[in-house]
Amino acid sequence: MIELTDISYGYDGGELFSRISMEIGPGSFHFLTGPSGAGKTTLLRLCYMDLMPSGGRISVFGREVGAMSRDDIAAARRRIGVVHQDCRFLDHLPVIENIALPLEVAARRPEPENLEALLAWVGLSARAQALPPELSGGERQRAALARAVIMSPEVIIADEPTGNIDWEMSERLLELLIELNRMGRAVLIATHDLNLIRAAKARVSARVLRIRDRRLQAAGAEL
Amino acid sequence: MTGGRRLKGAADRVVPPSGFTARLTQFTAAAMAFLAVFALALSLAAGRLAERWSSELARTATVRISAPAGQMEAQTEAVVRVLEATPGVARVRVLSAADEQALLEPWLGPGLSLESLPVPQLVEIIESAEGFDATGLRLRLQAEAPGAVLDDHSRWRQPLVAAAARLRMLGLVSALLIAAATGAMITLAADSALAANREVIRVLRLIGARDSYIIRAFVHRFTLRTLGGALLGTLLGMSAVLLLPGPGGGGFLTGLQPQGAEWFWYLLIPPVSALVAFLATRLAALRALRGIT
Repeated sequence: MIELTDISYGYDGGELFSRISMEIGPGSFHFLTGPSGAGKTTLLRLCYMDLMPSGGRISVFGREVGAMSRDDIAAARRRIGVVHQDCRFLDHLPVIENIALPLEVAARRPEPENLEALLAWVGLSARAQALPPELSGGERQRAALARAVIMSPEVIIADEPTGNIDWEMSERLLELLIELNRMGRAVLIATHDLNLIRAAKARVSARVLRIRDRRLQAAGAEL
Repeated sequence: MTGGRRLKGAADRVVPPSGFTARLTQFTAAAMAFLAVFALALSLAAGRLAERWSSELARTATVRISAPAGQMEAQTEAVVRVLEATPGVARVRVLSAADEQALLEPWLGPGLSLESLPVPQLVEIIESAEGFDATGLRLRLQAEAPGAVLDDHSRWRQPLVAAAARLRMLGLVSALLIAAATGAMITLAADSALAANREVIRVLRLIGARDSYIIRAFVHRFTLRTLGGALLGTLLGMSAVLLLPGPGGGGFLTGLQPQGAEWFWYLLIPPVSALVAFLATRLAALRALRGIT
């Protein structure tokens, strides 16, 4: 579904990656790890077409990204649910409207029952009318996850989804992502939290990739 | 629905409300529409004036006879004969001493005795619709009455009509400048709103919003604000124009009130303002989206 072939990317003349290749297939579960500044977020942004590589080729749902129009990119993004590290919302809209926003921009009518069920699934039924700045870190992460899955995407990409929340909440979030994977969604999570990776590997068949020295490697047996 | 509130789906709800900018945009649109009403009133009144001067003065002419007292009557009769035989002359009227006294009274005062002044005899000509040949008439008058001079008013009519036409053009140029200034103001306000909401636009793009959806949200917001302001400004401007003295005062400033179908042009100000806002916001949004993937 998402295929990166010999990707290079650099900032201000310096090269962050060199000739990285990766494939996110249907139903797969990947962790992306590496030290801070290694380029985990950049690699995810390349996957959801927020950045364009300086070299190599990215194919999303069978189409080369370089040949896509802006409308094509928007259509492809509707098939990818993203949980951003900083959980960006429209702060003037209540949580329920933020969660339903992907449907709204796709001119699809939100079904109230489905929204209710989704809010219950992420444990935010009581916070539906709260504004995003009123949410705690964990609530923001769960709201972001609900927004990411409302379009029933084929791929879910999460960037440090447990970065600002306690372990109990991290486990709950991980459980939701595993549940989605069992429903056939491909999951790609960038994290530096090794405990989270270990907890996931105990429950699901996950592949762990590590960015090191501008290259992407399969993680060792310690994980 | 959750929490007892309905989910509102209008696209422009994704743009955060901005009270101060909204009020500023509406106020500026109202002020511009108010000024546009006056520019239009000036232009339309100048147009009417040019048309009236042109048509009224074009249909009249004067023959001035300056001759020794003994020949005045004979030359006047000769002039009347020539004029009555001239195609395109509908009516000829020899001004009486009382008529001439009335004409001179504003300058020379009442109780004036014309006998003590060498006042020429005036003959008024009313043209028919097809008009007369001024050059031919001058030649015939020269032959029949050497003291007669034809004045068809063209010497001073043309500059007046040209001045009124220029005034009308100035009014139109002012209206166009006001429309351009409205566009510039809306562009600045839209640029500012788009820059302030760059993060909102990024979020919308990342969740799959097409450019057309984002543009529509901003365009809708600014077009409605401008339309509301322009409606108010036009209403206030038209009320102010209606409060001016009506026609009949005889001067230019008393003829600013719209007449007949001219009301239609004033009604165009709000939709034209909204169209300008639509185009300005659309261009600003397209520019802003260029830097966001």
